[in-house]
Amino acid sequence: MMNRVLAKRELAPLVTLLEVEAPRIQRRWKAGQFIIIRPLESSERIPLTIVDSDPVRQSITMVIQAIGKTTREAVSLEPQALMCDLVGPLGEPATMTTGKNVVCMAGGVGVAELLPVAKAFHEAGNRVVALCGARSDNYRILDTELQAAVDELHWATDDGTYGFHGNVVQLLQSLAGPDTFQEGHVIGPIPMMKAAAEATRGWNMKLHASLNPVMIDGTGMCGGCRVTVGNEVKFACVDGPEFDAHLVDFDELTRRNRAYREMEQEALAHKCRVGLDVR
Amino acid sequence: MAAPPLKYKPNPKAPRQALPLLDAHVRAHSADEVALGFTPEQVSVEAQRCLQCAKPTCVEACPLHIDIKRFIARLAEGEFQSAHDVISEQSPFPGVCGRVCQHELFCEDACIVGRKWDPVAIGSLERFAADHARLRMKELAASYPKPTGPKVALVGSGPASLIAAYDLVRWNYQVTIFEALHKLGGVLAYGIPNFRLPREILREEIARLQNMGVEFVVDFIAGKTATLKELMEEGYQAIFIGTGAGLPHMMGIPGENLVGVYTANEFLTRINLMEAFKFPDAPTPVRIGKRTIVVGGGNSAMDAARWANRMGSETTILYRRGRVELKARLEEIEHAEEEGIKFEFLAAPVALYGDENGYVKEIECIRMELGEPDESGRRAPVPIEASRHRIPVDTVVAAIGQAPNPTLQKVTPQLITRRGRILIDEQGETSMPRVYAGGDVVRGGSTVILAMKDGRAAAKAIHDTLSSTPEVQ
Repeated sequence: MMNRVLAKRELAPLVTLLEVEAPRIQRRWKAGQFIIIRPLESSERIPLTIVDSDPVRQSITMVIQAIGKTTREAVSLEPQALMCDLVGPLGEPATMTTGKNVVCMAGGVGVAELLPVAKAFHEAGNRVVALCGARSDNYRILDTELQAAVDELHWATDDGTYGFHGNVVQLLQSLAGPDTFQEGHVIGPIPMMKAAAEATRGWNMKLHASLNPVMIDGTGMCGGCRVTVGNEVKFACVDGPEFDAHLVDFDELTRRNRAYREMEQEALAHKCRVGLDVR
Repeated sequence: MAAPPLKYKPNPKAPRQALPLLDAHVRAHSADEVALGFTPEQVSVEAQRCLQCAKPTCVEACPLHIDIKRFIARLAEGEFQSAHDVISEQSPFPGVCGRVCQHELFCEDACIVGRKWDPVAIGSLERFAADHARLRMKELAASYPKPTGPKVALVGSGPASLIAAYDLVRWNYQVTIFEALHKLGGVLAYGIPNFRLPREILREEIARLQNMGVEFVVDFIAGKTATLKELMEEGYQAIFIGTGAGLPHMMGIPGENLVGVYTANEFLTRINLMEAFKFPDAPTPVRIGKRTIVVGGGNSAMDAARWANRMGSETTILYRRGRVELKARLEEIEHAEEEGIKFEFLAAPVALYGDENGYVKEIECIRMELGEPDESGRRAPVPIEASRHRIPVDTVVAAIGQAPNPTLQKVTPQLITRRGRILIDEQGETSMPRVYAGGDVVRGGSTVILAMKDGRAAAKAIHDTLSSTPEVQ
C-alpha cells in the first residue's frame, strides 16, 4: 500500500487536513474509528480519528493539529508524497441509535473528528444538534461540511468573535436541559469532555466520549492506552475509543496523557546529531 | 546409505567451550549483543565433542528436526558453509534460533554427551554456522525460482508464519505474510532486545524469504484492514493465523494505572520496536526513573530488567517463586545476574502508590512461601500476611505473561476459541475450513521454537489439502 497524499488544506492556524490514498481502509471504516500513522521513518506512531472518505478517489481524510514533532512531520507532507505508515481502521465504531434527539459536542480539532459521527447519527434517522467550540472565529473548521450534515449547528468561541461567547459546555447549558436530548457524543480536549460529563450527570441522556490516550500499536498489545471506566480497566484501542462519559476517570486520563510532556518538548527541540557536523 | 567415515576422532571429554561475552561492565551501558559467538578454534573443539551417534537423539528432540549431527560434522571438518546448507534444509533461521531458542530444553537436553559430561553446545554452533554464512544470503536465495502455485496468506510475521512461509514457498506456493506493525518479525522484533538478537540478523534472515519470493505486507491488521472472508475472496486458498500472544496480563492491583507503570509489552515495544533507548534521536520516549522493579520471572522480565539497567536504572526483579522456578532461559538469568540486576524471590506486589501528580513512587510487597505444587507442577506461592512492606520505586514493569491477541477472533465469530486461544484439530485447522492456526495464539504464552514447530505442521497440512484439491491446482 502506497499511502499517497492526494490533497492538503489548511483549515485554521496549525490545523491541516490531509487526504491520503487508502483503498482498504476507505472500504471498511465506520464513524468513530481511527488510524495510526507514522508520517516519516523518523516519526512516532500516533492515532488519528478518521474524518471522511471518498470511494472514487479511494482515500480517507484526517485532520491534524501540528503541535508536536510527529504531527509537524505529518503536515510537512505535500500532495504526491508517500506517508511512511498508515494502518487501520482501528477501534470500535461509534455507538449509533435511531429516532432520537442527539447532541454532538466537540472542541478544537475535535470538531473535525465529530463530523463523521454527527453525519452517521443523522443518516441513522436522528435529529442531530451539533455544538462546536473554537478559540476564535478564525479557528472554526469544517463549518460548511457540518452545516450539511446536521439539523442544527451552533458555534461557541472563547472570545465571542463568532456565535455564543463561551465554551461548548456553557453553550449546551444555555440551550438544553435534562430532557432535551436522549443521546450525546463528545470529542475534544479532556477538560472539555470532563466538563460535558459533569454538566450532564443526572440528565436523562447517555453521553459517549471518544478518548485520545497515549497509544503505540493500537491493537491491544501494549496497554499504554488503558483507561479506568466505572472501576474497570479498559484498553481504549480495542475496547474504545468511545466509552460512557459518565463513567470515565478523566483525571487519571489527564495524568497519563501528561506522562511524556517534558520528553515531547525535548524531542521537539532536539536536532538529530547525525549529519550535524556537515557545514 | 551409510554415512561416510569421519575425518576426525570425536573427543567428548574436551571441555564444553564457553561462549565469549561482552564484558558485563561494558554491556551495562550498551545495546550491543551480549554473546559474541564462538571463534573458529572453539568451533573446531566443540564440534569434535559430538559423538556422531548412530541414532541422533538431538535431531529427534529438535522441534524443526534440523540435521544437527550432520551440520556439526561439517563444522568439525571446517566446512562452515556446508554446515549452513545442512541447516537450511530445515530452517532458514539459524541466526535467530542460535540466539533465542531454549536449546537446553530440546537438542542439548537430548545430547548423549550430556549424560556423562556437559552436552555439546549445539545452539552456539548453530549460531556460528549462521553468522559465517551471512555474506552469502542473497546468493542462496537466487537459486530459487519465483513461485507460481496457489496463493496462501499468513497472518502475523512472527516465528510461526516465517517458518510456514519457508516451507510453502519451497513447495511453489505464492505466499503473502500480513503484519499489523510497521516492522517484520512479530515478537522477535517487538519483544526480543537487540542485545540478544541484533536487528540486522533478523532482517537478513527475513530478507532471505523475500528473495525467495515471499511477499510481506506491513500495516495490515487481519480482521480490521480486511476480514478473512475478504482474503479468501481475493484468491487466497488457505490462511494461517500466527498472530501470537500479544495481550498483556494485568496485575490487577490498586495503582496499576499510575504513570511509570508499564506492561512488559509496552515497555519492550517502546524500546525494541520504537528504539526508545536512542531517544531523543529516536522519536518515541520511555520513562525510566532511578529505581525500576520488574515483576515476573520469564524471558520478558529478564529482557525488561536488562534494558532498564542499561538505561541507568537500579533494577530489581520481583518474583513470587524461587530461583529454580524462574521460567526464563538459563543464559538470560545468568546474564542478568552478571549485569548487576537484583532478584527478590518469594515476593509479590499487592499495591502501588503515587505522588500528587499520579507518578508511581512506592510499591507494596508481600512475602511468599512455597506450598503444595499447583497445576503447573511447581510449588504454589502462598502469601505471608504479616510481611507487607513498601519499597520506593520510579518505574514498574509488569512482565507476568500474555494472552492471545484478541483482534481477529473478536471480528471472526466463526473461529472457535477457548479463553482467547484459537482451537485447532490435529492438522492445525481451525473451525473455519482452510483456515489454520499455530504458535502462541493457540498455545497461549509459549516459545519461539514451538511456534515454528506449529508453523511447519500447518504448512504441511495446507500443502496436503491444496495439493489434493484439483480446483486449486
